[in-house]
Amino acid sequence: MTDTTNGQPPVLRIRNLKTYFYTDLGISRALNGVNLDVPFGKVMGLVGESGCGKSVTSLSVMRLVPKPGRIVEGQIIFNKGERTPTGYKVTESIDMTDLDPLGPKVRSIRGRYMAMIFQEPMTSLNPSYTVGNQVSETIILHQKVDKEEAMRRAIEIVGRVGLPNPEEIVKRYPHELSGGMRQRAMVALALSCRPTVLFADEPTTALDVTTEAQILDLMRELQAEMGMTIVFITHNLGVVAQMCDTVGIMYLGRIVELADVDSIFYNPKHPYTSALLRSIPHVGSRTKARLAPIRGVVPDPYATIPGCPFHPRCDSFMKGVCDAAVPAETDLGDGHMVRCFLYSDKGEVEDNGK
Amino acid sequence: MAEAAPAVPQEETIVEPVSEVGAMSQWKLMVLRYRRNTLAMIGLIGLIIGYITVALAPFLGPNDYMRQDSNYVSGPPTPIKFRDQQGNFSLRPYAMAIRTELDPVAYKFRYVKDETTYYPVKFFVKGDPYTLLGFIDGDVHLFGLDAPNRIYPFGADPLGRCMFTRVLTGGQISMTVGLVGVLLSIVFGSVLGTASGYYGGMIDDIMQRIIEIIAAFPTVPLWAALAAALPTTSSTFTALDRYFLITVILSLVNWTGLARQLRAKVMSYSQSDFTMAALAAGASDWRIIFVHMIPNAASHIIVVAALAIPGMILGETSLSFLGLGIMPPLVSWGALLKDAQQVSVVIQQPWLIIPGAAVVITVLLFSFLGDGLRDAVDPYSI
Amino acid sequence: MLNYIIRRIGYLFVTLIFVCIIGFVIIELPPGSYLEFELQRIRLLGGDLSQEQIRSLEIIYGVNDPIYLKFWKWISRFVRGDFGESFEYNLPARDLVFARLPFTVIISVLTLIFAWGISIVVGVYSATHRRTFLDYTIEVLQFIGLSVPSFLLALVVMVFAQRTLGLHVGGLYSDAFVNAPWSWDKFVDLLKHIWMPIVVIGASNTAWLSRVMRTNLLDVLGMQYVQTARSKGLPERRVIWKHAVRNAMHPLVMVLGMSLPQIISGETVVAIVLNLPTTGPLYFRALVQQDMYLAASFLMLLAIVLLIGNLLADILLAWLDPRIRFD
Repeated sequence: MTDTTNGQPPVLRIRNLKTYFYTDLGISRALNGVNLDVPFGKVMGLVGESGCGKSVTSLSVMRLVPKPGRIVEGQIIFNKGERTPTGYKVTESIDMTDLDPLGPKVRSIRGRYMAMIFQEPMTSLNPSYTVGNQVSETIILHQKVDKEEAMRRAIEIVGRVGLPNPEEIVKRYPHELSGGMRQRAMVALALSCRPTVLFADEPTTALDVTTEAQILDLMRELQAEMGMTIVFITHNLGVVAQMCDTVGIMYLGRIVELADVDSIFYNPKHPYTSALLRSIPHVGSRTKARLAPIRGVVPDPYATIPGCPFHPRCDSFMKGVCDAAVPAETDLGDGHMVRCFLYSDKGEVEDNGK
Repeated sequence: MAEAAPAVPQEETIVEPVSEVGAMSQWKLMVLRYRRNTLAMIGLIGLIIGYITVALAPFLGPNDYMRQDSNYVSGPPTPIKFRDQQGNFSLRPYAMAIRTELDPVAYKFRYVKDETTYYPVKFFVKGDPYTLLGFIDGDVHLFGLDAPNRIYPFGADPLGRCMFTRVLTGGQISMTVGLVGVLLSIVFGSVLGTASGYYGGMIDDIMQRIIEIIAAFPTVPLWAALAAALPTTSSTFTALDRYFLITVILSLVNWTGLARQLRAKVMSYSQSDFTMAALAAGASDWRIIFVHMIPNAASHIIVVAALAIPGMILGETSLSFLGLGIMPPLVSWGALLKDAQQVSVVIQQPWLIIPGAAVVITVLLFSFLGDGLRDAVDPYSI
Repeated sequence: MLNYIIRRIGYLFVTLIFVCIIGFVIIELPPGSYLEFELQRIRLLGGDLSQEQIRSLEIIYGVNDPIYLKFWKWISRFVRGDFGESFEYNLPARDLVFARLPFTVIISVLTLIFAWGISIVVGVYSATHRRTFLDYTIEVLQFIGLSVPSFLLALVVMVFAQRTLGLHVGGLYSDAFVNAPWSWDKFVDLLKHIWMPIVVIGASNTAWLSRVMRTNLLDVLGMQYVQTARSKGLPERRVIWKHAVRNAMHPLVMVLGMSLPQIISGETVVAIVLNLPTTGPLYFRALVQQDMYLAASFLMLLAIVLLIGNLLADILLAWLDPRIRFD
């Protein structure tokens, strides 16, 4: 993979990240060697079916992986810095995996430099406190201001995310707001300290289509305005096309293809990406082709599959090759990366913690 | 690349991407989870042993549970040593003799150990006649002393009856009260809870009010009031009738918990697709309830029932302790503990609270079993 | 909020009517009547009554009245504070009940506070220190606490106190203070005695409530908003106490309605062993003696205390959980 984008170091550099869950029924390998560079000021999409490790990636970066999960191996470099008129100036490189997940260092990053929006607006706000209380809490925590000032800023940001009558809204409890309003409140909470990186974990999945479009517009708008990097997690390729600059396709704990959004849609390389694209309907497609669902289901996470994890479902399966080794990352140029034996016969040494 | 064809048949190269865990059926998975839970297995095995033990009480106990020994009133447990009269180690246990002695100061009789006299403990000795399990007559006991000496491993009660046999015999009542009561609760609870959840509306309202009213009373006092209304034992109303009615009373108060749980379950099921499908197919209410809902709720019924058993056992114990529960000639652990109401008595004769230990152990084992079942059925409830 | 409370009070009165019916049924259930009891007493004293006298007494006491009339007579007297006569003590049942009810209420409330305080702390600790040695120890203690009948625990504690510590235990006062007028010393003496019933009665409830607290908190800790709180960068202590514990408290308040009856239940039985001047010993004695007016008065007043307790719990819950305020 290329090291930089436009000569700038990436905001996040993830190398060989492995996060396993040690459950009573066995070890579930949620992340199995993720490599990813997230450039500054862009929207990076992470796409895949449920259970492929999209959410665990973001939780790992923020060191919020719940027990019995644990980061077993790998590096997550966060290049902390300041926005400059021309771009981004790195002041400190922090390896997130070195930090104590409960310690002060990681807490000074969470909420301030990295923030997160979750899928379920119904449950991501605490039902017992008012919106204002929850938004201003973050501001007080990171910006050393008193309660009144924090509440004033909370009202400002609540107004900025398009909630009507912000002075009133901050006094409301989450259950008094609709789903879309709640998700706006959640965006306000996440953006209250103008974070460098925002993880948006399927932020619109639970919303209806109109509300979804509004929230996506809002996020795009705020991203441009604040000069923010967004890691956008979704299984919805339509949303990807609308939101993202770069896209990483994930399958069973690995990124199998990484490219800019146009290449992914018009020039997909990995059979899984192609299969994903074939499984969504196209408006105005001429042929009366049937939608092609991907054969089989995502294997259960306890299973160990020899070779390329996609091979049992793959149409281009090559006996003796695909089931023998995990394909290594192949750079096809222009930041297009793929892990597939169709493009290189280089395998990776199998190492899954056995 | 395609040239590298290995010499293995096609079928073997396609690996089913499924681990052992993913392929199991729901019930198999429950059994697996249950068996991995050590405490739950201790509960299950302990209870099996417990039930066998109390069922064999007349054979395992050295004396008849009703036999009064006027020479051994409130006598202490017989000391048992693994050495003979000469003080040599012996695999066969010996029972030390106990004599009565007149205390010259207090001028009262008291029991003293006779350090010089030992009796060998024999196995499979003839003793008091009994009927085992209601149909096997016998007079052989697992252990005992040669006549006329008697062994009292847990001492004797204030009427000189063998506590060891009484504790085992009392277990027959105490360990079944919970089971029978819970069975009745399941019947009340599932019928009323299902009806209330399925039909909703008025029926549900009335049911909820009834449950609320029953819950408005403190349990043991309410049980006691109902038990006090039962007639005293006579030829027409035997102790066994009373035992049965006591279980009815216990379950009358206890079904509410089960009914509540089932109501919630049934309510969620009635919104579910399989109910809609059955309705669309023209199934009757009865069919939907008994074919679709109850089997789905079965595992939950079992769990709630298992978790209710300890409360029933404790309830019977409290009632009998108060003198409102099981009546002679039947014995239960609570009825045995009635002799231990006064602290002064317990200080003099601590062996009278041995039935209490039996209660605690049984309730513990049932809790392990119930918790294990719950975790096996619904691992996410934590 | 006010509406909610008014509606709850409405429910309370409906339930109260049914409680009265149950109370009446309990009085009527045992065979024999008040009059028969009186006659027996008079005969025991050596007197006897003529057939006419008995008939006129039957009319006075309404022995042969239809059941609804009996109920009406009883309930209208009950509401006016006339609970009937205790056969055994030959005193108005009201005097006997009100002499003892306050102690039951005080001990129950103190027990509830004790059980709650301990279970919140223990529950939070064991939920946040899952699978540690102390968590397992707490679990063992909880199992035991739930398995030991309270009267048995009372016996064991008393035997231990008397034999090993040489303490005089039982009752609420030392002998010297039992009949003494109220004074500071008597109050101190009361405090010295009251802790034991509280601990004994509260043990099983503490075990149960702390388990409920642990389970709830584990549930809440898995909620998205706890993750949100962590993602803000809040310290773990704040995440737990501000964001998790407050939400884990609701079910605990909801089970208050179940916890109070258990405490009163336990208190009545334990009082016999601990020789407390509360409702328990008198109530069970009345039941054994079939002194039904006294027994029913006790039972109904306990139920009323519970209903009031539940009302307070509902109000507390409404205050704690903004979601149900305006329902």
